[in-house]
Amino acid sequence: MDPIKPIRDTVGKNLWKQVEELEPNFKKGGMLQSLHSTFDAFKTFLFVPPITTQRGTHIKDAIDLKRTMFIVVIAMIPCLLNGIFNVGHLHYVANGMYPGFWEGFGPKILYGLSKVLPIVVVSYGVGLGVEFAFAQYRGHPVNEGFLVSAMLIPLIMPPDIPLWMVALATVFSVVIVKEAFGGTGMNVLNVALTARVFIFFAYPTYISGDQVWIAGMSDNPDAYSGATVLGVWAKQGFDAVKQVGFSTINQSVGYAPIDMFLGFIPGSIGETSKLAVLIGALILIWTGVGSWRIMLSVFVGAFVMGLLLNAMDLAFDFNNPHLSVPAYYHLIAGGLAFGAVFMATDPVTAAQTTTGKYIYGFLVGVLSIVIRVLNPAYPEGVMLAILFMNVFAPLIDHYIIQSNIKRRLARG
Amino acid sequence: MSEVQTAAKQPTQLLGKKERRLLTDPFNDNNPITVQVLGICSALAVTVAVKNALVMSIAVMVVTGFANLIISLLRNTIPNRVRMIVQLVVIASLVSIVEMILHAFQYDVYKQMSVYIGLIITNCIIMGRLEAFAMANKPWQSLLDGIGNGVGYGAILVTVALFREVFGKGTIMGYKVLPSWYEPNGLMLIPAAAIFLIGIIIWVQRAMNKKLVDIS
Repeated sequence: MDPIKPIRDTVGKNLWKQVEELEPNFKKGGMLQSLHSTFDAFKTFLFVPPITTQRGTHIKDAIDLKRTMFIVVIAMIPCLLNGIFNVGHLHYVANGMYPGFWEGFGPKILYGLSKVLPIVVVSYGVGLGVEFAFAQYRGHPVNEGFLVSAMLIPLIMPPDIPLWMVALATVFSVVIVKEAFGGTGMNVLNVALTARVFIFFAYPTYISGDQVWIAGMSDNPDAYSGATVLGVWAKQGFDAVKQVGFSTINQSVGYAPIDMFLGFIPGSIGETSKLAVLIGALILIWTGVGSWRIMLSVFVGAFVMGLLLNAMDLAFDFNNPHLSVPAYYHLIAGGLAFGAVFMATDPVTAAQTTTGKYIYGFLVGVLSIVIRVLNPAYPEGVMLAILFMNVFAPLIDHYIIQSNIKRRLARG
Repeated sequence: MSEVQTAAKQPTQLLGKKERRLLTDPFNDNNPITVQVLGICSALAVTVAVKNALVMSIAVMVVTGFANLIISLLRNTIPNRVRMIVQLVVIASLVSIVEMILHAFQYDVYKQMSVYIGLIITNCIIMGRLEAFAMANKPWQSLLDGIGNGVGYGAILVTVALFREVFGKGTIMGYKVLPSWYEPNGLMLIPAAAIFLIGIIIWVQRAMNKKLVDIS
């Protein structure tokens, strides 16, 4: 028997009745007609709409865009939870308190929430506000793509980012990257990454360097410093990271590979824990929402490029300490894993063809490492690499399709 | 494009309806940057400060105006095969004159804009106006067309520069206009910002002027 049937029959029915009663108010001539797209959005959010696609070839499936997006949001929850804990954890550790995992668990979570929750609220509030305004003005229904983007934006911000910057970046990315191109499904670039790139170029001091990655640090910059793993690599080389990771008030804590995997290191809110990213990746792959081809090929690309750079380091004398970092370390450092799982797989901006996905992912990986290692000004390359490949994804698809056509024509 | 291809038979007045359109058309309906999408490179390069944009606009206006005038005067004597070279010689001489004047009277601006003054030679707007208008029209109309296009170009340049300077540095022409708590936006100082701004201008312009929207 369907386990949730009783819930659906009672709660669901009552809710549906409520929705149906409210609906006439939002129809043409109704009292709240100007809010009809808002109402529509919430209605379809609660209930799968009965309308189906009329034209074109399509596959019948119980899932629709809203449900798909929701799965992605669920897959991001481990990252969010880890982010909340880690923000609090690092804040207290940097101040010389509660070095253990369980020590001061409550205060850590509370502090993390006080930092992360406002960013989430601003990102959702501002982004959905812009989205609803455009939907109302243009008379099309509210699209659900932003549910995911708004969750991604906080996860790729440093914990101390001023909220007005988050708001400004969100407005910029939704208007310029999405609405200007025609809304959800039409954007060329990843919306969440554009928000980060906006802050990265507009206000670089708030999103790079070694002062921003631990919450509360900017109030007391002399007491301690906390560079990200990549920041240390770029400046001091691979071995330094084991000793100088980040310095607290009374000691210096290095980053062991296990720390990099579990994520108790300075970084953007959601990307530090590779374990949480892995759980998210499994959810995405298991439900079939995220493309495992892209995820895999990003990692392969990054690994191959890492090996290549190691070889270059042995062969020539480049005086770049970042070159000597073993290739597999690149996979667990920085935002590569997070970008590969949640950003590169964005179905709108990634390549659509199967072969195209491999090429696209591979090049994202290669470019990430190239930017990361060879340009010390941009230690986190995955953001720029994904946006760059977003631009090329349609071109990749075009040539894949053309070559398919050619091959089939030749077959006769 | 809605430009006049043949010369008026009898120009009865100096600024008739047609002549006035030559001056105003490039401002909106036939703007060289937002409609013809020419001269984008310099629009990205020199719009970081209003002063540079103003100097650049005036320089381009002078060059387009006089190049149009000179080519229009020569149009019946230029052999068709070498017309490009003749046009380039005229443009290059005018640009050199402008460059020398700036060098003499606006040295700091000249240094800031460095290579972009010389690159006016390669500005597609000038070559485009010569080919499309001056080669087939009388000198007076050509001069007006050149000035009109220069103004249309300058209007966009100065608008973009205004936004970039105000939000990027909090100043206009070097004078502080925004309060000290304003956090300068570094994105505005890199040329990519000009692309966004021109895109937004195109968006706004097409929203107001429906005949520019072509849904093909």
